[in-house]
Formats: sequence, C-alpha cells, structure tokens
Amino acid sequence: MEWETVIGLEIHAQLATRSKIFSGASTAYGAAPNTQACAVDLGLPGVLPVLNAEAVNMAVRFGLATGCTIAPRSVFARKNYFYPDLPKGYQISQYELPVVYEGEVLIELDDGETMRVGVTRAHLEEDAGKSLHEGFQGVTGIDLNRAGTPLLEIVSEPDLRSAKQAVAYMKKIHSLVRYLEICDGNMQEGSFRCDANVSMRPKGQAEFGTRAEIKNLNSFRFVEKAINYEVERQIDLLESGGTVVQETRLYDSVKGETRSMRTKEEANDYRYFPDPDLLPLEITADEIEQIRATLPELPDAKKARFVSDFGLSPYDAAVLTAGRDLADYFEAVVEAADGEAKLAANWVMGDLSGALNRDGREIGDSPVSPQMLGGMLKRISDNTISGKIAKDVFEAMWNGEGDADAVIEAKGLQQVTDTGAIEAMIDEVIAANPGQVEQYRGGKDKLLGFFVGQVMKASKGKANPAQVNEMLKKKL
Amino acid sequence: MSVHTRTVAELSAGLAGGEYSSRELTESCLQHLRQPAADLNAIITVTADQALAAADAADRRRAAGDAGPLTGVPLVHKDIFCTRGVRTSCGSRMLDNFISPYDAHVVEQMAAAGMVCVGKSNMDEFAMGSSNETSFYGPVKNPWDTAAVPGGSSGGSAAAVAGRLVPAATGTDTGGSIRQPAALCGITGLKPTYGRVSRYGMIAFASSLDQAGPMARTAEDCALLLEAMAGFDPRDSTCVDREVPRYSEELAGDLSGVTIGLPKEYFGEGLDPEVGAAIDAAIEEYRKLGASFRDISLANTHLAVPAYYVIAPAECSSNLSRFDGVRFGHRCESPRDLEDLYKRSRGEGFGDEVQRRIMVGTYALSAGYYDAYYLKAQQVRRLIRDDFLQAFAEVDLILGPTSPTAAFDIGERKDDPVSMYLSDIYTIAVNLAGLPGISLPAGFVGRRPVGLQLIGNYFEEGRLLQAAHAYQQVTDWHRRSPEGDN
Repeated sequence: MEWETVIGLEIHAQLATRSKIFSGASTAYGAAPNTQACAVDLGLPGVLPVLNAEAVNMAVRFGLATGCTIAPRSVFARKNYFYPDLPKGYQISQYELPVVYEGEVLIELDDGETMRVGVTRAHLEEDAGKSLHEGFQGVTGIDLNRAGTPLLEIVSEPDLRSAKQAVAYMKKIHSLVRYLEICDGNMQEGSFRCDANVSMRPKGQAEFGTRAEIKNLNSFRFVEKAINYEVERQIDLLESGGTVVQETRLYDSVKGETRSMRTKEEANDYRYFPDPDLLPLEITADEIEQIRATLPELPDAKKARFVSDFGLSPYDAAVLTAGRDLADYFEAVVEAADGEAKLAANWVMGDLSGALNRDGREIGDSPVSPQMLGGMLKRISDNTISGKIAKDVFEAMWNGEGDADAVIEAKGLQQVTDTGAIEAMIDEVIAANPGQVEQYRGGKDKLLGFFVGQVMKASKGKANPAQVNEMLKKKL
Repeated sequence: MSVHTRTVAELSAGLAGGEYSSRELTESCLQHLRQPAADLNAIITVTADQALAAADAADRRRAAGDAGPLTGVPLVHKDIFCTRGVRTSCGSRMLDNFISPYDAHVVEQMAAAGMVCVGKSNMDEFAMGSSNETSFYGPVKNPWDTAAVPGGSSGGSAAAVAGRLVPAATGTDTGGSIRQPAALCGITGLKPTYGRVSRYGMIAFASSLDQAGPMARTAEDCALLLEAMAGFDPRDSTCVDREVPRYSEELAGDLSGVTIGLPKEYFGEGLDPEVGAAIDAAIEEYRKLGASFRDISLANTHLAVPAYYVIAPAECSSNLSRFDGVRFGHRCESPRDLEDLYKRSRGEGFGDEVQRRIMVGTYALSAGYYDAYYLKAQQVRRLIRDDFLQAFAEVDLILGPTSPTAAFDIGERKDDPVSMYLSDIYTIAVNLAGLPGISLPAGFVGRRPVGLQLIGNYFEEGRLLQAAHAYQQVTDWHRRSPEGDN
C-alpha cells in the first residue's frame, strides 16, 4: 500500500525578554542553578504572577508576521500536573483562547515550489525548570532558573507531508522569530525546540491516522531523523497488521530511534481552567497597529526585493535572506561596493560563508566587515585587482592585515595595466620559448593558454589577464 | 494599665497624648498574650522580639513627629499572611516548618503605618472552615463562651479581638471568613471589594474570592485599618488601581435618604428566630437613624452555597498543588519514590477538610465534568452578581443577618460538612459577586453574640463604614466585653 505521511509541529520558542513572563527575575542563560529564581518562580506560598508586557508584544509581532488574527481578548489558563521542576504544580499557559491564531507561512521546497503551511495558533506560556540527573547520586537535582521563562508555542496545521517539509517549515519559523528579534533561536540552549506529531494514512484517504507525538527535538537534524524513523516504524507496524497507538515518544539521538514515553491512557488530565490570578489579556486595535509599525521587513518581502532590485536569482535571494544578519550584511556590502550586487552575492555566499564555516564564526563576528568586503569588491570592478588576487586580499583582511586598499598597497598587488610593461614581459616570454612559438604559428591555437600563463607568472599574477590575452594574440 | 480594653482609636489618642509609649503598650499586650484570662488558643505564634523592636521604632517615629494614627498600635495578623522571618503556618501541619522569606503586602502596609505585629492568629487550615476546628493547632474558643466555636476561618483573629488580647487583627474572607467569626465573636469585621486590598503574600485558598480585611471592635477602627491596608499593588494583577478614600474622616453623617434593601431570602427558613429578632431590632434602630427600607429579592441566593462549593474547591485544588514536599513545607520520612513523596507528604501535611476540598475541586475540573460543574458554577456566579446589581439600582445598602445562628458548640457540626457550610449561607454570595460586606455586633442569643451584615455596592466601603458607625453611635453591643462592659 502507498502511505502518506501527515506531520504537524508544535514549536516552542523562548521569547527574548530580559525578565520572566510572570516575574522580574532574569532570563539569562547559564547562571548557577537556582540563582535566577525569585519567590514567584519558586512558587512560594502567597506569590502571584504579573504578566510581562514585552512577552505579549513579541507574541503579537509573531502573529502579525504570520498573518494571524490577534485575539482582542485571550485568557491564561492553568495546566495542572505534578512534577518536581514545576514549582506551582501547574503551568500557566493559554488553552481555549490563545493570543494569536489562524495564520500561515510559505516554505520553499527542494524543487523550487512554494508551499503554504497553516499556523493554527501561537500561545504564551511559562517554561518549567530542569531536573538534573547527572552528577547526583541517588537523588535528582532541580534547577529553577528556567522556570517562568516565556515561551511562544507555535502550533502548525497537519499540513506537512515529509520530514524534509517539516524541517523546511521549522527553519522558516526559526528565520522568522530571529527576524522579529523575539527569540535568539539557539537550539543547543533549548531556546527553540519542537514536538512533532506524526501519523500515516493510505494515500487518498481523507481521515487522519492515529498519531504519535515525538517530544523535545532540539535540532533540525534530529527533527528529520526522528520523523523518518517514526514514519518507517509506523509503516512497518501497519503493514505487519498492527495499529499505531496514540502516545508520546522520545527521540534517542544516540540510538537514532524513538521510544514510547507514555500512552494516551497514562496521559495526565490537565484540568485546565482560567487562571484566577490573571485578568483576561486584552489587546486593542490601536496597540496592534502600533506593534505593526515596528515590524521589520520580513524574509519573503526581502527576498522578493533582492530579486527585483538586485537582479539576484530566487535561489541566491533565498539563501541571502534566510537570516536577518546575513541579509543585513549583504545589503551593507552592496552599498559599500557601489551597487555591485551580483558580485557581492557571490562573495558573501562563496568566500565569506566558506571562511565563516571554516572558523566556526557567526556572521555577526566576521573579522571582515561589510565595508571592508565592499571596498575590496570596488577594487575588482575598477580593475585594480583581479578576482584571483582578490582571494589573497580577502584572506589577508580575514587575518587582520587591514582593509583592501592597505593590503593591496602593502603587498604591491595592484594589477599591471601598463601596456609597455606587459609588452616587455610578452617579448621576454616569446624569446624564451621559440619552440612553442613555432608550434602556435603552425596552427596549434591551444598554446595561447600556455603563453598567457607564462606572462601571468612573470607578472606574479598582477597583469590584467584580458589585456595579456589580447596583446599576446597580436604579437604572436 | 488596662489598655487592652481600649479601641484602636482610643489607643491612638493615648499614644498621641503621651499617656503611654508603644513599648509599654506592646509589653502589656504581650503579657496578655502569654497569660490570657482564658486560654482561647487564638494565637499560633507570638512574635515578641519583632514586636518590641517595632514598638521602639514606632516610639522613635513618634518622637520624630512622623507618627500616623496607627503608629505604635499592636495587632495580630492571621497566619495566612506571609511574615518575613516568622513561621507562617496557614493553620496547617504542611507549613508548620515554613518560615516566610518575605512579607505579604498587607503586612508591609500595616508595618508602614507603624503598627506593631505581636503575633500570628489561629485559623482554619488554609482558611477552609467556619468554626476554626480544622486548624492543625487545635480549635479556638469563643471568648463569650469557651464551649462555643469562634467561627472561621479567621477565628483566631476574631477571638483575639473579642477576648481583648489585641485591639485589631487582620483577616481574610473567601466565603465569610471575616464576617462570620466577627459575628460569632461580637466584633466588627469588614470584607472589602475584591481587588481593594492586594492578595500578594496572602496564601491563596480560592484566588477569585479571597480578600483581606480588618477586624476590630468598631467601624471607626475598621476604617482606620482599611485606610492603611488598601491601596494599589502592582504585584497583584487583580488589585484595582483606585484611590483609597479617607474612610475614618468620612464616618459622620446621618442616614436620612439612605435606602436599605431587605432581601427576603435572608429572612426565611433556617434563620434562628432569636437571631432574626436581634436583626429586626437593628432595623428599628436604622429607621430611627433616618434610613428607609425596601423589600428586595436576591432570587439566586439558594444557589450561592452550591456554586461556591464547586468554585472554591476547584481553585483550591490547583492553588494547593505547590505544597508537594519538594521545596518547602512538610515532607514525609524516607520517600520510596516521587509518587510516594507526593502522596505521603500531602496525605500527612493536609487535614481532612483540606483533603476533602482538594478532591472535590479536582473532580469538578476533571475532563468530562468541567462543563457540568465548574462552568455551570461560573454561570450561576454571574446570575448572583446580576441579582445584586439589580438590587443596587434600587437601594444603597443591603441588610440582613451575617450568619443564621449564633455560635454553635465546638464539635457540634464538625462531622457534618453541609450544616457547617450553611453557616456561611448569607455571606458566600457577597464573595461570589466580589462586593464589600461588613458584620457588626447587634445583640445576643444568651451569651453568644449576633452579627448584623451590611452589603454595599462595589468600592462603597465608605458607605458601609458610615452606616455601621452611625449604628454604633446609638447602640453599645460593640462595647460589650466577655469580661463585662467597657
């Protein structure tokens, strides 16, 4: 039987507020355990939550960027369950009335097609603390620094049909939250993670199959691997006459497999009810418009502009707009290079990205600033240096030897365009290779390359290759 | 020095006149707490050292010319208010070992006014009870008759004021927990509008109903106390940012032109005839004061107790989840695993009534029952509020008994939760609607006091206090003492 995979993602994005969603404690990552947990985060008797307005602002930004409806009134609810890293015995979340709902994003598929993925809703909630098992003998440690960190839970429609699509969608949301500056997107630190709901159905069937939920996937690679494993597991199960049970599964990245955590029967009854400590969240049309006015240009719009204004290919434009930092860097290079957009695109996507990868650096801490790179590109377009020499200039700039002009000056890398000097070198090469001259003149045209090479070598690469070519032909 | 029989206003005048220092007053008060005339079990923790330090600070403040009307006056806080460095037990074994690292807003406010906290008063466990019999620290006795309950859940506060241990106390009222014990102990107790006083640092029972308020001998004292207690606190999202009137300066004024509603549902079946007679007499007094009366109906009154006993347990089942033996409070000995830790810590830490309500609330919120119980109860709650709003379109105040009977005997209703719950039948609807209400002494059944309840519209505490004060100018029930009149 031919099977169709159905996937929906629940992405948890930690919002980049300075303080927690319901308390004034810092959200900074990496502090000593329990040093960033105040009375409210600890769930001490008598404490009360106060909503962080910045978290709401960020949720609205996300909603606007994905074409969601912004709820004029949404409600915080308590999700009740016992766990040692959940101090109050309930998580404050949104249940029936989320802050934003019913939007969409467009993702690019490998074949160049664009696909629409529905965003069911995004709601605000608080993160739990962490249970620490390593380094403790016979006990569990509890670190409540993370407790109360604001999360935006972004729920997709079950529109995704493959692990690849799921990853493309997750990358798109990742790009969006970083453009919007509402999440640092750091997946290693858990700032951006997802649960994947996966089910199978016979191709052509309208009803969904029974789904399994894979919890807490914190890298794009794990999302792809876990879903692919789960798809195979479910197909094997179905084809051998079994049934998929509704359950929560964990992905073991070491073994590369998912395994059952709890079944539906063992699932908690969360006893959601509106949190009486918090008033309903009301957002006016004016407030929405004020927030809308602060939105940056988003990736889809930026990509379209790169294609139309800079003449880039849709592929290059997509690569350059995937991250806001990269896009900003690119635009600064174009400006510094007096509008040489295609050249800038090649260098940013080529040598610059290569060097960043090689040294494991982010675009934000590139030793070559956009102004430096743009300055170098100007020297390529005004023929001061060739593209080949530029690679040496770039390496020198990368290693902190100054900007392009300084490197060119210090190393004497200016292109030789003086016809007299080139002619002298050509004459020398012709004189030194009489045999090859004879063969060339005898009709062996391919030898032109040999002569060009010899002249370039004699000029230490600095002669203008086009000029050398032209003059050689005449002389020979 | 028989200062212990004086009211807050009288003590304030005495301190201002230099008749005694706060230190002397506080020492005398501590003396009474340690060796009360009758052992009422009203106090869980005496905070002598902190009290003397606060008294000295109050005396210095007075010397510096910076004293307010309450500076140097002693009080007790109900042990539901977190008090820094002091055990805050909430009447429960669960928190018998809990030393709060912070002060509740109410505690801060009273300290800022210069009041001297001499101790933490006994209460029903987690404020769940109407007789103070559910306290881990044992029942409180009614100063008027030690065989009787003081009411609850602020029974320790009520008994401490009635027994002349302290001139003032704080209380909290979720379904009548200030007004009912005030009635049963013959003192004055005010439950403000929901949102008037910050709940920050007040251990939550039912968050949408809980409200702190003052308990003292007179309406005048309650006015002084509420002025200090009320006010905006950004730490409580349900606290209302609204100016606090000078209640104590607006007490005078006659009641001509004031229309008082008499809800027929508050005078029907279940009302003890002797309590009814005392209320009728109070109505006559009010008539003499110039008030006019109108019969009204609060048609959904009979639904208040059932709705309350869904909503309050539902909220409490969630609010009390944090007491899990993990971070603070009672933890069982050598738990086998996490589930054992939870079950035994909570099973041992909570008493029967608290466990009963947690189970009722958990049930009411469960999948498949939520709509039938919790949602339905919230709908009933709106109907009850609408009844009041309709009534207040016609009348300025509503009057009736605070509780259907005077104080009952200790043990009498302990094993019959429903009869216990019915002692709050006239007070619960006020919490469901979020309105202010006051109970004031209005007579006796034998030796046991009768309370009169006045209910006002939202934020009309001033009008309530004025009406209560007017009554106390022409009656002396509030001046009666278990030890003889004073």
